Amino acid sequence: MTTTEVTRSIDAKGMACPGPLMTLIGAIREGQVGDVIEVLSSDEGSKTDIPAWVAKAQHELIEVVPDDGFTRFIIRKVR
Amino acid sequence: MLTVTTQGYERKGYAMSTDDRLSLVLFSGTDDKLQAAAVLTVGAAAMARPVDVFLQYWALDAFRADRILKDHGVSPEAGPEGERAMRDQGKTHWSDLFRQAKDLGEVRIQACADSMEMFHITTDDLDPMVDGVWGVASFFMEADGPVTFI
Repeated sequence: MTTTEVTRSIDAKGMACPGPLMTLIGAIREGQVGDVIEVLSSDEGSKTDIPAWVAKAQHELIEVVPDDGFTRFIIRKVR
Repeated sequence: MLTVTTQGYERKGYAMSTDDRLSLVLFSGTDDKLQAAAVLTVGAAAMARPVDVFLQYWALDAFRADRILKDHGVSPEAGPEGERAMRDQGKTHWSDLFRQAKDLGEVRIQACADSMEMFHITTDDLDPMVDGVWGVASFFMEADGPVTFI
């Protein structure tokens, strides 16, 4: 586990694809460089889509933690 | 922890890939196909790919301002069970996904001039997210790769 402090947490559980990713993109756009955003998603597509988008948009994927029926993604806004 | 996954994408040169244009022709005007097309568009826009959406026939009709939010039905193969499954998933409406895509990236939505003539409509009859009217040659002038037809 990291000790990174989360700036903003988004509960996107129950949202259908591409809802969780869109919510993350919105939060990244609104946030400041250095912000750490947590996204909770139960959408299967998020498991590949969130890492793919974070790599493409050149932010930092700090952590991906599988939980009970959902996955927790921790992302840092880099630019 | 999950740098494994990101490295996988980086290895494929993902972050540095050329941003190839997605050229979509929308022909079908049913909610299921428009939903699928909207997801493709918003996904491509999120991955920094420019998208051109060319509206023909029944898809163009579905983009008319006065009926965009109406029930456009589903493809015959859905059947009652398929339609229920789709409606129950509670997705964002396709028209909102197209708007999100336009907000996110370089997405142009163009009406086919020939289909406009067929319906005897002008751009005033269309939802404002439609950028303009193109002839088919204009669409191919911009399409520098394969064309996806839905």
